[in-house]
Amino acid sequence: MGLKRKKKVRKAASVKEKKKTVQQLLTQLGEKVLSQMEAGVFPVIEMPSRSTANIRYDEELRQYVLGDKKIRRTARNIRHLRPFTQLVWLAWTARQLMEQGKTSTLRDIFYMSQAYEIDFKDQAESDDIITDLESVIGYAREDFNIYPEERSAIYGDLEIEYTVPRYEGRRLNLTVHPDGVVIGPALATAEFIDTSAEIVICIEKGAMFTRFLEEEVHRKFKAILVHTAGQAPRATRHLIRRLNDELGLPVYIFCDADPWGMHIAQVIISGSANAAHVRELVTPDAKWAGVWASDIIEWKLPSERFNELDIKRLQELEKDPRYHSELWQREIKIFKKIQRKAEQEAFSRYGLTKIVDEYLPKRLEEMKSY
Amino acid sequence: MAVQLSREQFYEISPADFFYRNRDIAGFSNPARALYSAIRELVENSLDAGELVRQPPDIYVRLTCDGEKGEEGANICTLRVEDNGSGVPARHIPQAFGQVFYGSKYRLRQTRGTFGLGGTMAILYGQITTNSPVRVVSSADGKRIHDYTLMIDIRNNRPIVLKHQVFSNHDGWRGTIIETKLEGDYSRAMPKILEYFRQTAIVAPYANLTFVDPKGRLYRFERVTENMPKPPEETKPHPYGIDVETMKRIIASTQCRDMVSFLREHFHKIGRITALKFLEFAGIPPRRRPKRLSNDEIVRLVKAMKKFNGFRAPSADCLSPLGVELFKAGIVKELKPEFVSVKQRPPSVYSGYPFIVEVAVAYGGGIPRTGDILLYRFANRIPLLYDEASDVSWKVVHQLMNWRYYKVDPSTDPVAVFVHVCSTKIPYRSVGKEFIADVPEIEREILNGLREAARELSLFLSRKIAVQKEKQRLDIFEKYLPKIARFSAELAGRKPPDIKPLLKSVIKYGLEEEKEG
Repeated sequence: MGLKRKKKVRKAASVKEKKKTVQQLLTQLGEKVLSQMEAGVFPVIEMPSRSTANIRYDEELRQYVLGDKKIRRTARNIRHLRPFTQLVWLAWTARQLMEQGKTSTLRDIFYMSQAYEIDFKDQAESDDIITDLESVIGYAREDFNIYPEERSAIYGDLEIEYTVPRYEGRRLNLTVHPDGVVIGPALATAEFIDTSAEIVICIEKGAMFTRFLEEEVHRKFKAILVHTAGQAPRATRHLIRRLNDELGLPVYIFCDADPWGMHIAQVIISGSANAAHVRELVTPDAKWAGVWASDIIEWKLPSERFNELDIKRLQELEKDPRYHSELWQREIKIFKKIQRKAEQEAFSRYGLTKIVDEYLPKRLEEMKSY
Repeated sequence: MAVQLSREQFYEISPADFFYRNRDIAGFSNPARALYSAIRELVENSLDAGELVRQPPDIYVRLTCDGEKGEEGANICTLRVEDNGSGVPARHIPQAFGQVFYGSKYRLRQTRGTFGLGGTMAILYGQITTNSPVRVVSSADGKRIHDYTLMIDIRNNRPIVLKHQVFSNHDGWRGTIIETKLEGDYSRAMPKILEYFRQTAIVAPYANLTFVDPKGRLYRFERVTENMPKPPEETKPHPYGIDVETMKRIIASTQCRDMVSFLREHFHKIGRITALKFLEFAGIPPRRRPKRLSNDEIVRLVKAMKKFNGFRAPSADCLSPLGVELFKAGIVKELKPEFVSVKQRPPSVYSGYPFIVEVAVAYGGGIPRTGDILLYRFANRIPLLYDEASDVSWKVVHQLMNWRYYKVDPSTDPVAVFVHVCSTKIPYRSVGKEFIADVPEIEREILNGLREAARELSLFLSRKIAVQKEKQRLDIFEKYLPKIARFSAELAGRKPPDIKPLLKSVIKYGLEEEKEG
């Protein structure tokens, strides 16, 4: 495989350095709590408030960020005591994971807590505390080795080098598996070495991802293909950002033609309010490349009527600051007019290859003007 | 035995007729109920006998049954009841136990006996079912002991003395022993008999009660105090409660020769001036001879008595309530509750009869959670065990009281309510005399008493909840602070800190909080 070296690849130590920083932050958290207790006072932890009042959209960063409002969690308050303990335990657990080079999942954390009588009522509560720890140290949970269950996949000519134990230093080309490579903890923490690709294409649906592989979109368009599996997991969003940021590849996103599909693209581009407390999950330069409402008309795609939820969702999006730009507003208006939606697979109505042979080259060409 | 023979008049009726006619209402309808009633009558006589001489009662009851089961599971039982009470003077023993009396109703007294026949009914029942004599051993003076074996001549209502022995009494023993045979069904009567002893122990905490059942099992209820309530006194009837028939009987027996002295002599709290005012109100000449009153005049007299406002309310001096201390002692002794509040209401009057209501509310401890409030009813210091749902107390507890207002959930909380009504006349709703009618005056007193007691319970429960909350609060700190210490220390790579000062400060903090609350 003739690999063309890209200039924008960062030095390979970035992932390791970040891990070190996160570990230090966890240690500092422990020291802060401990020194307060040693001084005979009830320990206090401060973190940015994640209430909606404290979330704003940062035009410069092009993502949601938290404001200056802080909340204090103090061990003196009986209602704070349990979440306080949970937070300290979680920091301790995260550092254990990092020291041992292991990862865990959201669900796993919920069960691990039971050995220490940490008393999470349910996984929703432990997920909340994980978000708290993200807020306190300002890094995403993936950075302290906790991953969600969902997995998306990636395929294309990209050589990576693992940093996880036992695979450390080992390299892999992401065309190695015909189904693509799962974006798990190991891939999420791998360093990029080399690629011949020129663009990144994100695809919402598994069937369409497979179709693209079979039709060799990666070769025909020099693309890295990412299957988001619906709403893209945060590890995947972070990876997309790195593909854009570190390799300088433009990112195009293809989703279903409905308000939900639009939002999948939007979250990859500008992030979600839920993750306003963490950075580096957004790819502001990524482009929503389809399927658009106008495509339903232009390509005469088989479509369905909007239901009430669709209508309501569309109204919400219309007011959302992330949707203020011209393309979004134009497509929202068309959706409002036609009140119909279509899935990516709708192209199959005109044969299996039409989307790759006709739609995709046309759209990628058009995208140059957006 | 508290049988007054002199001065009062008694009507003799055929006891056999009377008995058969009144078998059911007297509580001897079947062998199980009869056994329960016999024990109850004799034990209550013994309690009365002890109270008459201010002697804390020691009562020993032994029941033995032969093995042969007769019809309906009944067999012949021997019932022996011993007490250390007043004893019965020797010359009265044959009549007291061998003759059925119908007591004078001209005077009123708070008595235990539900039927005015006391133990005689039990003895008569025993004789009818087993054809055996009764043995009565008694010493009233502490010098001699008289041992009688008696039967009742049913047709003539006379005692037949089969044997009479006199022994010298070296130990100065006083008391009475009665031994009688009767047909009974212990296995069916057992629950009620045991419940009777237990509840009697509650309402007579100054008595030692011992019961040995036919299987040789010993049940013992020990006294917790020597204090006894003052014995009830006899009192004259209040004019308000008199009916025509009673009036006729009083007239028939009176020695008085004019209406003023008649009223003063036979009725409660009437003086000369009140008598004259009343007679003027009733339109009856003061000098009229009572025995010359016509039927119409008697009716007019009785009606006027109910309308006249000038009588003084009947005095409750003659009543003998249990008292807050004793009632509490009895409840604590038998049920060991976590909390008990006893309230005695001021004396009140219904239909010319004075009464006093005493109530108690108890919580937790030995009181079981039954899914409903337990109700214990007492009238004139005897437990009422049958027909609970028809009783006025039941209505008050289950319909009139709003328990939630007092932080009580009747379906889950272990709560017991005790109601004691004492009166010269308990308004039983039926001849069965096991439940009290819902007389508005009594109902109101029970309700007010219960509200008073429940308010105290509610305070107790609030405190209990506050203490529990405080404990839970401390538990949370004790659980989580060490964990915070451990994990933060391990994160920092140092020794865990001493958290005792923090825990200590939490306790102080907690007390402050409780005071504020």
